[in-house]
Amino acid sequence: MKINIPHVAKLANLEIREDEELKFESQLSAVLTYIERLNEVDTKGINETSQVTGLENIMREDTTSPSLSQVEALSEAHQTHKGLFAVKGVFENE
Amino acid sequence: MSKYTPIIGLEVHVELKTKSKMFCGCSAEYFGKEPNTHTCPVCLGLPGALPVPNRQAIDWCIMIALALKCEINTFSKFDRKNYFYPDLPKGYQISQYDLPFGKNGEIRLKNGKKIGITRVHMEEDTGKLMHQEIEGNKTTLIDFNRSSLPLVEIVTEPDFHTSEDVVEYLQRLQRIVRYLEVSNADMDKGDMRLEPNISLSLDPEILPNYKVEVKNINSFRFVGKSIEFEIKRQEKILESNKTPAQETRGWNEERNETVSQRIKEEANDYRYFPEPDIPPIITLESKIISLKEGLPELQEEKISRFMKLFGISEYDADILTREKGLANYFEEAAALGFKKDIKAKQIANEIINNKIDYSSTPVKNLIDEILVKSKVEEIDEAELEKTIDKVLSENQKAVDDYKSGKESVIMFLVGQCMRLIGRKVDANFIKARLVNRLT
Amino acid sequence: MSSMVNLTIKDAREKLDRKEISSVELTKVFLENIKKHNESLNAFLAVTEDEALRNAASADERIANGESTPMLGIPVALKDLFQTKGIRTTAGSKVLENYIAQYDGTVVKKLKAAGAVLLGKTNLDAWAHGSSGENSDFGPTKNPYNTDFVPGGSSSGSPVAVASEMALAASGTDTGGSIRLPASFCNVVGLKPTYGRVSRYGVIAMASSLDSIGHFTKTVEDNAMYLQITAGHDKMDATTPHVEVPNYTKNINTGVKGLRIGVPKEYVIEGLDPKVKDMIEETLKWYEDEGAEIINISLPHTSYAIEVYYIIQTAEVSSNLARYTGIRYGKDRSYFSDEAKRRIMLGTYVLSAGYYDAFYKKAMQVRTLLKNDFEEAFKKIDVMITPASPTLPWKLGAKTDDPLAMYLSDIFTVHANLVGVPGLSVPVGIIDGLPVGMQILGPHFSEAKLFQVGYAYEKAHPIWKERPAL
Repeated sequence: MKINIPHVAKLANLEIREDEELKFESQLSAVLTYIERLNEVDTKGINETSQVTGLENIMREDTTSPSLSQVEALSEAHQTHKGLFAVKGVFENE
Repeated sequence: MSKYTPIIGLEVHVELKTKSKMFCGCSAEYFGKEPNTHTCPVCLGLPGALPVPNRQAIDWCIMIALALKCEINTFSKFDRKNYFYPDLPKGYQISQYDLPFGKNGEIRLKNGKKIGITRVHMEEDTGKLMHQEIEGNKTTLIDFNRSSLPLVEIVTEPDFHTSEDVVEYLQRLQRIVRYLEVSNADMDKGDMRLEPNISLSLDPEILPNYKVEVKNINSFRFVGKSIEFEIKRQEKILESNKTPAQETRGWNEERNETVSQRIKEEANDYRYFPEPDIPPIITLESKIISLKEGLPELQEEKISRFMKLFGISEYDADILTREKGLANYFEEAAALGFKKDIKAKQIANEIINNKIDYSSTPVKNLIDEILVKSKVEEIDEAELEKTIDKVLSENQKAVDDYKSGKESVIMFLVGQCMRLIGRKVDANFIKARLVNRLT
Repeated sequence: MSSMVNLTIKDAREKLDRKEISSVELTKVFLENIKKHNESLNAFLAVTEDEALRNAASADERIANGESTPMLGIPVALKDLFQTKGIRTTAGSKVLENYIAQYDGTVVKKLKAAGAVLLGKTNLDAWAHGSSGENSDFGPTKNPYNTDFVPGGSSSGSPVAVASEMALAASGTDTGGSIRLPASFCNVVGLKPTYGRVSRYGVIAMASSLDSIGHFTKTVEDNAMYLQITAGHDKMDATTPHVEVPNYTKNINTGVKGLRIGVPKEYVIEGLDPKVKDMIEETLKWYEDEGAEIINISLPHTSYAIEVYYIIQTAEVSSNLARYTGIRYGKDRSYFSDEAKRRIMLGTYVLSAGYYDAFYKKAMQVRTLLKNDFEEAFKKIDVMITPASPTLPWKLGAKTDDPLAMYLSDIFTVHANLVGVPGLSVPVGIIDGLPVGMQILGPHFSEAKLFQVGYAYEKAHPIWKERPAL
């Protein structure tokens, strides 16, 4: 099974160099081929399990609790400006 | 008359006014506060943090769905919507995909048109972005105070064909959520957001093969404008035998036009999957019934009830029920007025015509004011007889008209008497006397 | 201090309570050992000497006031996935190389409140992606029994710290075997608790529906003492049920008479090292002699567990690692190592449009079948015993060029994570100088039973006393 590395990398916000594409493609294709064995299993009418706890309706009351201070929130940021996180410009309109 | 019919579907986001955020205990009252002061590991997306859903927000979402006559899904869950954007701290938004809390509802417009509500679901808000140039570099600044506030998304079927209907729908929706007291739904403050999907079709029954999403409509006054602009823009393209691009555009209020957004969600592959950190939500029939019973009377029902109970017009009832606070005020006043023999109609007129500010005018004061205005003066027999004599003698034609069957002329004569008397006297009493005299 | 070798938490507790030793003295011994051994073993990424001595001093005060709770004054280490406020937390990755944790996770808070002494943060496969410890961005950890061999992963530093007297206990996480396998490779006891038994809040997430928060100790009873502190419902983690935390040490010496031990036939696979197979069979024979009943069972869908695991795990990984963009903390995504990139891409792929049904949905359905297999089995048995790993520890570098081969090392352990059941890894022998462990699996919330079963074997076979020559 062939996997389109550039497409998947874009979706995943990863930069893969051109010279690496082949390596990843072959490694992941090997794994995918193995994984495809699942098609052998008859799953007609079987429900999906996404939770193993069996829990339901776990919610919290609408009460407030202390927040981090601005200093704490920003303490590990690469770049900040007047209390805000800063990142290279992302544009919406021309 | 354009040969194209606009096909419009709406996505509205309503920000709930809970005390705390959707998945953490940070205070939700972030408006006007210093940036990044209402955050915690959860809403900041720090490594290792986990979400726990707000029960109140979910109840309110279901209430909105019920008010929109939706079916409530007994089994519901949260899903992760995966995409990258600086205002989305986790790199995914916790939302709902295939099992939203509500589905298949409707709203009816004044002209009887039915707007289908496809779904009503819960999701978390993102942070806020600001674009600035700092030391010559184009920079995007992020405030996460708003991150993870509870949002209810309400999606309609593409049933709209005019911008007027869209505006009416928004007003109705706004009123509903305000009546439920779950949101201030203030477009200017961002607690009600609209994203119309607009396309044009030659045949209203056939959905076109493209649609354009318009974002950034930040005020009621731009809703009609932006939709009209977009319709015209698309028409021009279609007329030149091309198809408008399927894209997202932003409303630019300075230039009064929609503009293509350079950052397109090119690969709109959100890779939804069930949120593993949050167990599913089961809403039993008993809970739905109890929420339904707890719903306050909504504007529609109130209008019917006011018309029946107080004998006021639909027009007046609509005005009086635009705000729940005003409606309650009116009912209180009507109850007090009833004891003092003042008709609800009078109260309605007084409130509407004099634009009474109900939040600062106690009901008792209003009633007293009306009493003063409607107080009638006494008139003694002699003066009354003298007045009637004079009026009848000066208005022979009217007398003849009345005697020959034109009954409505009596009001003219009553008016003449009232003028002569110069004081506020009981008009009905005068009328009765006149009728007596003329018969 | 030779009297400190082979010291268990239980021993240390007694010595501390009898004021034979202070927590500060105890802590200093372990800090010394770290200075002696860490360079060659690379188990610790950060050593918090000042904090440790401060914790120890305050523990001594509490002891002086008459307090005696299991972990009070006990030196422990934490896998570097646990958020420890003010202390560097790296997840073993260059992305978080300089990240200083901004808050304490729940387990860390509990250990602090219980008076445990934090010695430092231990090495791991970056982001918990690995079975050998070789995927750390800060160099592999070595097996103290033979430093040419892997200690197992992804929790690599923690079992090594315990095995080489650099800590009395160490925390770990187990998403596909990352506690049970390295425990068996390092001659220590490792517990993967029931999913949801211990809070995940504050532990850097790998795969949200599979991550289990556990720990390593020298002995089974020590392990029970540690779980006593960490187990319980947490309002910050919606996947922790309100299940009562029993007294894990009270009946630990119950023995195994009448115990029904299941042996799944599907675990005898081609890749199972015959020496490991023999070792487990001897172990089972011992249990039988002690009055247990050995029952052959079948878990029919076992052969698909790895496939299901690598779909669900990578899907959740791809989503959980999306927050690392270098904006609010850490470095940007170019600092991810190859293994992380592989898993992120694989996970993205199996969730993507057109492939979701064939992969992710299918995997979730087979997960149901695996769950059913276990439920059926536990109707006839009390626990299951299998090897933790199909092979002995392998040489460093032996599998690093073959990601798939590395993934297959998890073949006996992933099952438990998919179904959520607990697993206890207990040493059963040393073969050719390398440790071998068994894994004991039980139904949800059966940790007390697992401890009883492990304790019985360990009492008669104190393999843990065979310390590595350091």
